[in-house]
Amino acid sequence: MSVWLAVIGAGIGCYLLKLAGLAIPARFVEHPIVERIADFIPVALLAALVAVQVFASGQSLVLDARLAGLVAAFVLLLLRAPFLVVVFGAALVAALLRLWT
Amino acid sequence: MTTPTPADRSAVIRDSLGVGVATGLYGTSFGAVAVASGLSVAQTCALSLVMFTGASQFALVGVLAAGGTPLAAGFTALLLGSRNTLYGLRVGPMLGWTGARRVAASHLLIDESTAMAVTRPARELARIGFLATGLSIFVLWNLFTLLGAVAGEALGDPRSYGLDAAVGAAFLALAWPRLSDRRNQAVALLAAAVALGLVPITAAGVPVLAAGGVALLAGLLSHRPDPTEIPEPPR
Repeated sequence: MSVWLAVIGAGIGCYLLKLAGLAIPARFVEHPIVERIADFIPVALLAALVAVQVFASGQSLVLDARLAGLVAAFVLLLLRAPFLVVVFGAALVAALLRLWT
Repeated sequence: MTTPTPADRSAVIRDSLGVGVATGLYGTSFGAVAVASGLSVAQTCALSLVMFTGASQFALVGVLAAGGTPLAAGFTALLLGSRNTLYGLRVGPMLGWTGARRVAASHLLIDESTAMAVTRPARELARIGFLATGLSIFVLWNLFTLLGAVAGEALGDPRSYGLDAAVGAAFLALAWPRLSDRRNQAVALLAAAVALGLVPITAAGVPVLAAGGVALLAGLLSHRPDPTEIPEPPR
């Protein structure tokens, strides 16, 4: 049940954040520091999510097939591959590695 | 400001639909990943319908998959969703909608619709870009989320298909357009290090939220003016 609560609650919250952006006059929130922090938030959180998704297994840090998937994703991004190719390419590499080892 | 010609309008619609299709299609990866993370098909589809902002959706299921509490997952999604507020401040004056239209349009305020609206020289073109991109993504994203979720459920154990590795790849791809900037690279590395350092000593979900502190610190300490970054539309 609490997963549903997070889904709906955070969903509505995200909508309200969008509405606030269109409804609040820019001059009330425009401050260089606030803007810089807000700009850094996505990159900081996404990088942390990458790290945790790839290296964490419960409370411990491990190296497994997920790292090979991430390396594949990195190479595909350098080659300017589309999002879907990057995501499923990483999955494929990890799956093949598990099959093989 | 000149009046847009019909050719201008169709060019904007064509570009917007191209972005819409490319973005909508990757709803499949969200659907598959969400189900692999333990969400039901209904919860997965509800996320795409109600939250409708990709990075936050991936974050919510990512934190849950790592064993985080629903509360930590929700907060991470909200923090990531805060960038849409900044986009709104940028495009709001260009779109010039009020009342019910603004309430409805807000739901479509995401990376791609912003990117396809802010560059337009006239309000009419900005509105067309915003709506054509936002609506096409909304329809396709939800359709393909359902498709991915149903397919993911039929597949069985997600690990044997490497779907757990797909989550990290998705986050890297979402961050990618921002990683050409040196300061962003530094923030990303530091945030990843902080998160990994906290994994063994804190509850799941906390490391990612704590990495938000790196953004706070970097924002306070950096000096150069930095206009709101709007990532390039996907290919």
